[in-house]
Amino acid sequence: MSEHGVSSTEISVPHEHGAGTGRIWKIFRLLSFITLVELALGFGLAKQWYGEPESHHTAILIVKGFMCILSLAKAFYIVSVFMHLGDEIRNLIMTIVVPLCLFIWFIAAFLWDGNSWLNLKNTNAGSRPAQTEQHQPAIEKDKKP
Amino acid sequence: MSTPAIPTNTKWWNGGRSPFNASYGKVMMWYFLMSDAFTFGAFLISYATLRFSLNGWVDANHVFNAFPFFGHQDLPLAFVSLMTFILIASSVTMVLAVHEGHKMNRKGVEKYMILTIIGGLAFLACQAWEWTHLLTGEHFVLNADGAIGALNTTVSHNPWGHFVDHDAVVKAMQVTSPEVLRDMVMEHDHSATLASLEHLSKAELISKIDLNAVHVAHVGPPSFGSYFFGITGFHGFHVFSGVAINGIMLAKTRLGHFDQRGHYEMIEKAGLYWHFVDLVWVFVFLCFYLI
Repeated sequence: MSEHGVSSTEISVPHEHGAGTGRIWKIFRLLSFITLVELALGFGLAKQWYGEPESHHTAILIVKGFMCILSLAKAFYIVSVFMHLGDEIRNLIMTIVVPLCLFIWFIAAFLWDGNSWLNLKNTNAGSRPAQTEQHQPAIEKDKKP
Repeated sequence: MSTPAIPTNTKWWNGGRSPFNASYGKVMMWYFLMSDAFTFGAFLISYATLRFSLNGWVDANHVFNAFPFFGHQDLPLAFVSLMTFILIASSVTMVLAVHEGHKMNRKGVEKYMILTIIGGLAFLACQAWEWTHLLTGEHFVLNADGAIGALNTTVSHNPWGHFVDHDAVVKAMQVTSPEVLRDMVMEHDHSATLASLEHLSKAELISKIDLNAVHVAHVGPPSFGSYFFGITGFHGFHVFSGVAINGIMLAKTRLGHFDQRGHYEMIEKAGLYWHFVDLVWVFVFLCFYLI
């Protein structure tokens, strides 16, 4: 069945392996290029750190978000081409990719949690109402009510 | 998607064939990697949650700025870029080994498996150097008691907070022990030795310290070290086991086991694992070094 004799009931449609190595090298160049772009953005961020990070808050967030997207692109190419998931049939692709959608909730819920924790810390919103002792929050510059 | 022509209306779920058109072992390798992705994901998300909850973190460009044999030169992210390229390159040689396996070319598989193993070992060596550098390198920090001390990076120590401004450093030097002051002099004055500084008084030592060359930082959040060593260690363990698996595959290739079996599917499965290691590194690289 399969050209290499892999158990016949398992593989109904042989995978096509005739293609050359051109695509592999193309993806290698692409991954290297994306990594270089990420590094360039990383150096850009370095310049902001000891200056006035607060004044570039939005710009830094945009750059970091862009680096996340670039990393997801790298992940896509590694999984799709190097791991050959793109060459598999739809059933196999879906049984791997659909459970990974849990990560959307996983990341959103926990980052939300971390952020709420930060707010409680910085605004004292988490202290008990009956408490008479006044805590002075550590950093409260622009977060005063 | 170069899936060859599949007869339309193929009844994948009617039994008698794999609904995934893949061998049992390969499907299970995918499921294992999926579960491993959640393990790594949980680690990284826990790290991100903690980082979101803190007002300050560390600057990766500042922490990871050393390169072997380049001494104290400031080379931010250079070494970790090298590590990243080593891992990407070994991923390419792995996929080339799989490719040769499809062509039943034993010599080709052997060649590329050896290159992949070398890449994996090179990555591990780089990581060993990076860890050693962090664990042994001491940096000046302003301690809670108001004095300056030296701190290395461990799972509970983090000397990578924001820099203390000059006035506060001048104040702190008055209560700092002579041993630390001597180290501060030697940090930038490479002609000074312990013997030449021993007889100097505290005031003389302080006058010799150039605050533009010696930086004193606040103590950073200790969770940085725990997460960094924990997650890169767990990834390094995966690289190590990947190298071991690839070694076994190389041995089995050499012994002709796959030629007897008639296919090189084991190389594909080992390849899946190896690419997964590279995939995880993409996100470790993103979370610890870039953002």
